[in-house]
Amino acid sequence: MNSNFSDIAVILPELLLAVMGMALLIWGAFRGNRDFHVITLTAAALMFAAAAVAIVSPTGGGFNNLFVNDAFSRFCKVVIFGAGGVSALMAVTFSSDTFRRFEMPVLMIYAATGLSIMVSAQDLMTVYLGIELSSLSAYVLAAMRRDNLRASEAGLKYFILGALSSVILLYGMSLVYGYTGGTSFEAVAAGIGGDASFGLIIGLVFLIAGLAFKISAAPFHMWTPDVYQGAPTPITAFLATASKMGAFALVIRVMMEPFADITAEWRQIVILLAIVSMVWGSLAAMWQTNIKRMMAYSSIGHMGFALVGVAAGSEAGVTGCLVYLATYVVMNLGAFALILSMKRAGRPVESITDLAGLSRNRLPMALALLVVFFSMAGIPPLAGFFGKFLVFTAAVEAGFWWLAVIGLVTSVLSAFYYIRIIKIAFFDEPTDDGEFDAADVSLRAVYGLSAVFLLLFIAFVRFVVDWASASASVFA
Amino acid sequence: MAITLEHYLVVGALLLTIGLFGILLNRRNVIIILMSVELMLLSVNVNLIAFSTELGDLTGQIFALLILTVAAAEAAIGLAILVVFFRNRGNIEIEDINSMKG
Repeated sequence: MNSNFSDIAVILPELLLAVMGMALLIWGAFRGNRDFHVITLTAAALMFAAAAVAIVSPTGGGFNNLFVNDAFSRFCKVVIFGAGGVSALMAVTFSSDTFRRFEMPVLMIYAATGLSIMVSAQDLMTVYLGIELSSLSAYVLAAMRRDNLRASEAGLKYFILGALSSVILLYGMSLVYGYTGGTSFEAVAAGIGGDASFGLIIGLVFLIAGLAFKISAAPFHMWTPDVYQGAPTPITAFLATASKMGAFALVIRVMMEPFADITAEWRQIVILLAIVSMVWGSLAAMWQTNIKRMMAYSSIGHMGFALVGVAAGSEAGVTGCLVYLATYVVMNLGAFALILSMKRAGRPVESITDLAGLSRNRLPMALALLVVFFSMAGIPPLAGFFGKFLVFTAAVEAGFWWLAVIGLVTSVLSAFYYIRIIKIAFFDEPTDDGEFDAADVSLRAVYGLSAVFLLLFIAFVRFVVDWASASASVFA
Repeated sequence: MAITLEHYLVVGALLLTIGLFGILLNRRNVIIILMSVELMLLSVNVNLIAFSTELGDLTGQIFALLILTVAAAEAAIGLAILVVFFRNRGNIEIEDINSMKG
């Protein structure tokens, strides 16, 4: 047991967040909710700091090969912490008028820590610990507004289905352990030896089903719409961006590292999940009236598109996934900042029809909405197009042209409801309820920057793709 | 008759199935769901320990201890959320967890 400095060096970002999270907790315990704003801003600053640390932290394994900091986990951590920091910023304005609880930013920090442990895992036990740290924080975050029936119901549903999915995941892990003789990814890969036994396949199916719950891929998506709708909007933003990024990165790592030799076995399951998610995510979103529920189905669809990249099972596929997820995170942060700005006389409204007449009352907000939703629909030259292009190209290269065709068809279907929102905002007559309140500066900054990023993505797409492909080369 | 690995695995699979049916068929009480989840976690532990003995490898037992610890934290958080829900709703019947649909 030689725990030394190199062990500490590889977990620097997590260590920073875990220690400072405790400090914030003590601060909040002494000062109560009076200091809510300062604590939340500090939490956001800490997450951005952790993202910076993640870029420069030394790569390498640690803790007897339970944990690794490589190019892949660095990329994912930057996105996770960035998304977490922006969600915390949104929480500052959200809480000023309705409720303020200092536990919210602290739990966001711990959820982000758990997610970053997940993406760095090199052992099934580390995977489990990371998942539980992030999930347990997320359950409480969803139920944070404890005087609100919908929020507590969202928390309860999230908890029940999350606990069930953890158990399914664990059962899969126990079978994988039994039939390969180890829990570390290295030992699992060695135990498989290119040939999958029947017990291992059963374990693999359970494992993928458990992970599919976490990324809310259909048919394991039941919790998503309710949790998105019931949870406070900044929390929904966190769950839709940072949580999805972490869980999806874990899917990539588990598929590409220990099970790389039996790609043919897991590919069928991943393809099935991808098709069902793409189709259901595109269809079910059409008849939603609540914009947060619609975003839930939209994210189910997006997970399906990204899974196409995993199904390709190649480095190009992983590169496509990473680019897709990074742009997905930016689009969702922008969309949720817009949703948070939908307020009349201080009261939040969530119905899609409330957007009617937005372009006449609040043109900048309407323009940001235009860019964000066109990008979600995958219209070139906006950012959303490149992710889709890369994953579909990877699928075609891997010989799954029909999967890419299904993806194209469903992405045209999904364009219907994204463009419907734009149509409502630009061409429908405003309702009599009056215009939205002026949005807070930080929200305007978030959706403004998000729209600018999506518009200008084409200028630095080369840089992002190069970075993603350097990260994906870990699985070469 | 000697008890082999298969016997343990069958017990584990049975416990998992009983737990799953406890969740799917139970239409009354959320507490029963929590109990079912705990039962399923135990089935995982049975599996892990049986494999650990069979393989002569301690990792499985360490994993089982880890699961026991995390399961305690999970149960605590689940019950806390349940109390919050009860305060808002007045009961914990599964049929009544339906304020959001679509």
